[in-house]
Amino acid sequence: MTQAEQEIRFQEKIDREIKIEPNDWMPDEYRQTLVRQISQHAHSEIVGMLPEGNWITRAPNLRRKAVLLAKVQDEAGHGLYLYSAVETLGTSREQTIDDLHTGKAKYSSIFNYPALTWADIGTIGWLVDGAAIMNQVALCRTSYGPYARAMVKICKEESFHQRQGYESLIKLCNGTPQQKAMAQDAMNRFWWPALMMFGPSDAESTHSDQSIKWKIKRFTNDELRQSFVDATVAQAEILGLTIPDPNLKWNEARGHYDFSEINWDEFWQVVKGNGPCNKERLAARVKAKEEGAWVRDAATAFAKKRAMKKSA
Amino acid sequence: MSTNEWPLWEVFIRSKQGLNHKHVGSLRAPDATLALENARDVYTRRSEGISIWVVESAQIHATDIDEAASFFEPSDTKIYRHPTFYEVPDGVKHM
Ligand SMILES: [Fe+2]
Ligand SMILES: [Fe+2]
Repeated sequence: MTQAEQEIRFQEKIDREIKIEPNDWMPDEYRQTLVRQISQHAHSEIVGMLPEGNWITRAPNLRRKAVLLAKVQDEAGHGLYLYSAVETLGTSREQTIDDLHTGKAKYSSIFNYPALTWADIGTIGWLVDGAAIMNQVALCRTSYGPYARAMVKICKEESFHQRQGYESLIKLCNGTPQQKAMAQDAMNRFWWPALMMFGPSDAESTHSDQSIKWKIKRFTNDELRQSFVDATVAQAEILGLTIPDPNLKWNEARGHYDFSEINWDEFWQVVKGNGPCNKERLAARVKAKEEGAWVRDAATAFAKKRAMKKSA
Repeated sequence: MSTNEWPLWEVFIRSKQGLNHKHVGSLRAPDATLALENARDVYTRRSEGISIWVVESAQIHATDIDEAASFFEPSDTKIYRHPTFYEVPDGVKHM
């Protein structure tokens, strides 16, 4: 079969909603797009553990501490599911991780913002996991089988992440005026970065069209962002928090909320490595790998020793 | 030394007594003991299983996707293996 015939057959499978599996023929560009997107997603799960992990020892009580620990542990699991999915595309796990450490691969820019107060932890669960869920639910039907299966598993685990965050904010918002102010401050700092999580606007997005055609993506960045805004406004009202956007208002004709233009300058600055925490986050990941090397070495040595004993 | 040397393991979980072990994903580990422990931590954080199998991925032999059509052809052509192939008169019951 010629390349062109294979491409036609591939697109027909996609159009008929037949999932693509690791050993199936696929266009190189489809493979590359998946490697880029899934590894970026995996890195986001892992780097995303850093701002929250920082608060585990400072959680206000044992319940919150256990919950935060469980959430951060989930994110590690999500990273693993996704690294496994990337590996099915013929990349090496080690290389994928090293690409993050050398700055070649990206991760969600939201994690380059610091978690300054306890209210940030609730806000991250509510808005950041909320935005991630919006994206991930759509990806449960993505065309690549291993990615779709990882997403289904992740989505099952995610909803507790958002709910625990919201619950924590409910407490703060019904607490002292200082606690309420702390929650509003967190909202003010996280709202726009959360909207940026959906990526550049459709007009600017380089990979969007082909990804939609291949059904890697089911919705565009702007569609998902709009769904997120529409879902979140009422949740903020119940908390009694103000969304920091004077132009946010219901548009009867569109059936959606209108909102201000995102500060894309800030978005690209953070993507390019100039956000508040980019360097710190990468340094923490590199340090973790280097300082964990002896554990991996010891485990390897122990496995070898045991295998030798068995065969002796 | 790097994790490159750790083999890939496929993880199968029995969610409850009476059901098959089902493939849930994969992970890397230096040996079976650690593969099982890691599988517990990653794939059964919410009581998803009562039994785990791990199999080194390299030990799995699979059919060739490019030959699937001819490989499975013998069964595709034998429609008389299905009960719906046979006609029975309307009045016949319990069949
Ligand atoms: Fe996650
Ligand atoms: Fe999460």
